[in-house]
Amino acid sequence: MSVETEIRFKLNGREVSLKVPVTMKTLTMLRDKLGMTGTKYACGEGECGACTIKLDGKTVNSCLMYAVDCDGREVVTIEGLRTPEGLQPMQQAFVDHGAIQCGFCMPGMIMQADYLVENNPNLTREEAQRGLEGNLCRCTGYTKVLDAVDAVVEAKKCCGRC
Amino acid sequence: MEKAATVSPIAKTSLIGQRVRKPDAPDKATGKTRYINDMVLPQMLIGKVLFAGRAHAKIIRIDTSAAEKLPGVYAVLTGKDAAGLKFGFVRDNVALKDKVRCEHDEIAAVAAETEEIASRALELIKVEYADLPGVFTPEAGAKEGAPQIHDNFPGNKSLHFEFKHGDLAAAEAASEYVVDSVFRPHHVTHCCMGTSCAIADFDHNGKLTIWTQTQYPYNYKMDLAPALGLGPGDIRVIQPPVGGAFGSKLDVYPYEPIAALLARKTGRPVKVLYTREEEFKAAPTRQAAIIHMRTGCTREGVLTFRTADVLLDNGAYTSWGPTIPVIMMRTTSGHYRVPVVDFKAQAIYTNNPYAGSFRGYGNVQTTYATAQQMDMLADMVDMDPLEFHLKNAQKSGEVTPQKSFLRECALAECLETAAKACDYSAKRKEYAAQRDKPGRYKKGIGLASSIHNAGGAKIHKSDGIGTILKVDDYARVTVITGASEIGQGIDAVITLIVCEELGVPVEHVTIVNNDSDIAPWDVGVHASRTTFIAGNGTRRAAQKAKAQILSAAAKMLKEPAGTLELRGGWVVRDQCGTPVIELDRLLRRMHFQNEPELVMVTDYYEPNSEPEGAKHISDHSAAYSHAVHIAEITVDTLTGEIKVDKVTVAQDVGRVINRMGLEGQIEGGIAIGLGYALSENMRIEKGMLTNPCFRDYKLITAPEMPSLDMHFIESNCAEGPYGAKGISELPTIVIAPAIANALYNATGVRIFNPPMSPETVARAIHEKKQAGK
Repeated sequence: MSVETEIRFKLNGREVSLKVPVTMKTLTMLRDKLGMTGTKYACGEGECGACTIKLDGKTVNSCLMYAVDCDGREVVTIEGLRTPEGLQPMQQAFVDHGAIQCGFCMPGMIMQADYLVENNPNLTREEAQRGLEGNLCRCTGYTKVLDAVDAVVEAKKCCGRC
Repeated sequence: MEKAATVSPIAKTSLIGQRVRKPDAPDKATGKTRYINDMVLPQMLIGKVLFAGRAHAKIIRIDTSAAEKLPGVYAVLTGKDAAGLKFGFVRDNVALKDKVRCEHDEIAAVAAETEEIASRALELIKVEYADLPGVFTPEAGAKEGAPQIHDNFPGNKSLHFEFKHGDLAAAEAASEYVVDSVFRPHHVTHCCMGTSCAIADFDHNGKLTIWTQTQYPYNYKMDLAPALGLGPGDIRVIQPPVGGAFGSKLDVYPYEPIAALLARKTGRPVKVLYTREEEFKAAPTRQAAIIHMRTGCTREGVLTFRTADVLLDNGAYTSWGPTIPVIMMRTTSGHYRVPVVDFKAQAIYTNNPYAGSFRGYGNVQTTYATAQQMDMLADMVDMDPLEFHLKNAQKSGEVTPQKSFLRECALAECLETAAKACDYSAKRKEYAAQRDKPGRYKKGIGLASSIHNAGGAKIHKSDGIGTILKVDDYARVTVITGASEIGQGIDAVITLIVCEELGVPVEHVTIVNNDSDIAPWDVGVHASRTTFIAGNGTRRAAQKAKAQILSAAAKMLKEPAGTLELRGGWVVRDQCGTPVIELDRLLRRMHFQNEPELVMVTDYYEPNSEPEGAKHISDHSAAYSHAVHIAEITVDTLTGEIKVDKVTVAQDVGRVINRMGLEGQIEGGIAIGLGYALSENMRIEKGMLTNPCFRDYKLITAPEMPSLDMHFIESNCAEGPYGAKGISELPTIVIAPAIANALYNATGVRIFNPPMSPETVARAIHEKKQAGK
């Protein structure tokens, strides 16, 4: 067993502290140590995006990142997107536009889509396609995913004016 | 009654053809859904498999003593623990092997407290092998004196299929044009985002509970039982949510009995979950084959015959892959009006990975051949392919040589609709004229179609489904059905149908379909059958419940029978929509009265199709359907890269049920077909997979998805639910040859060995140029 170290970080708005092996990946910590199974393993090599989380506001593949590197930082997973009122707009748009079939890749896809719109309120469909290139989906053909992202961008534009 | 007076009349509306959300989508969008991959049971051990890592070898000895001594290891199993427990179509497979026949053969398995310990234990197992000469193509396997892979399959011969119809010699003599080509469809794999997983646990009565990703829970019991020496009745199958299936979970694969053998040995639940690399190496593939096809036509462009001589690369064991000729021959004999047919297929064992079922099931490979040969013949006749296709298109009521009865056939309408929508004929001429002019980028347009079963396929003794439906005291409906949900959206279809019949809101429907001890029998999710079969089953069950409810209402309210309807959670007068009583109040009154009754109905629906039969002459599906794809592409003639700009789709869907789900199935089906056409390829060298990762096995990504223009043709299938036909495989089947025909239109080059990767296309363009000099 490898050496363990104690880390503290903010997970979905709450402080957590725990001991993790120094060789453990963030994805493994989230799933096996913290029970946050919304973040998915699908390749473990940063090639599919299913394990995408937000780290200090930026998306990363949690399968590539050591758990110890979460220390002192802010982590948001798919479970943390949901608001007290219910589904967050990107989650709701994915549901409403039929972007979810088996849904296994969707936590990562939604995290990435949310990040893209957060950082570019005028995100075009082509930019969304490029921005989601690292998130693989075998069910949907991406069309409805892009429809959902378009809808969130449009809704945000409207709210900005009123 | 008093309350009813305050409610306005409820107008008649229909959900059929509307957009209904998947009931499981909110939980999936929030990370709440607990997939099988996420499951942890108390006391659960982790199982890991030692794969051979070589293609063909004898096992001289195995030493597991060091692994067994490792702290945290609970069991180590080898071939002797599964000896004699043969399973599979021809009983040629076993969970743990005593000989190596392919790279991913399972040699040993361990159960340990953690994955880390299990992996360490695998490293401690010492195996001594003696490598044997291998067989890596079906041609090599069929040669006299080729190394034998299974002792009891001489000549490496696996399954064989034949179908003949009409006088071939006469048809050949009557043919002005004959096109003769050899296609070599390749190995691809499903790439389910959720890797393969099984959790097994035995109770003390010897009953196995297996949590599995299977998409055919009932026959699964029958297929798994011999691998464990159990009876099918001793197995309970639970299907948690899965990360995709696409046909890959339509058979038993060794990791499943391995999980069960480990559970039996340890007395604890055991979970086996593949890594992505294991998934690439050990999950089933789409069947690779060599298809020698010939098609003839008259001077006027009327088809005269089609022959196909198919050699299938069986791989090391026989799963669903080598059975695909059942569908290959339907396409050979039924894709357009073909009066004379000669089909034969032989599967040959090799030391390659073996194929399972994969969306499109043999028709992807066959249509890649038939649809290109249609285009090639049109060229020879010097006819617009659209006209050529229309000339040979069947009409409603025609019967194919194999007796597929095309009751409602919308092929011509699909062709005309798609061609008109994208101005096919004019663009084809324009691009062909540009073909040999200078310029690096060339545009092309290509048309392809196919036929597929759209009302199940009676390859088992029954193609039916059982449904139990209950309506509780609060008008909440529970449908207990054999129909599995694997992401395709049958949950939304069942919900929609229940609401259509019973007038309840979608939130009030619960579906129980994941436990073989509870839900009644169904064949499984395959053959584009579930909306058709489970749709009919659900509708019939809901109509029985409705009849019971309305009869009770008429009696209780002293309204004339036949004048009442269910709408918006109320019993209403059908004509004017006036609400009479709330449904839940009525249900409670029915329940709590002198002659109490509960609403709980059962239904068993068996489609009116005929069993496939050994001769393959039968109307094996309750419906057949067609789709037409027209692909518009840009080819970079320097790099060979194909960009698919747009695809126009016209598909006979019978009737749209859930529009959103239908669109999603077509979009997703096309994405899988695009990967097959352009980039996906298992590079297997002497039986060893060299690209077991997403970086080197290239799936279609968001930027590569073309714009789609979809047209749904509603032929109103008499047997289908509300007229619907099954739809989900055709999109995967038709897209590749549409692109191949577009490539020809753009460059004059044809690719017979997919994928149409940049290397392959660039080489073909280069060779064509060299030949022209």
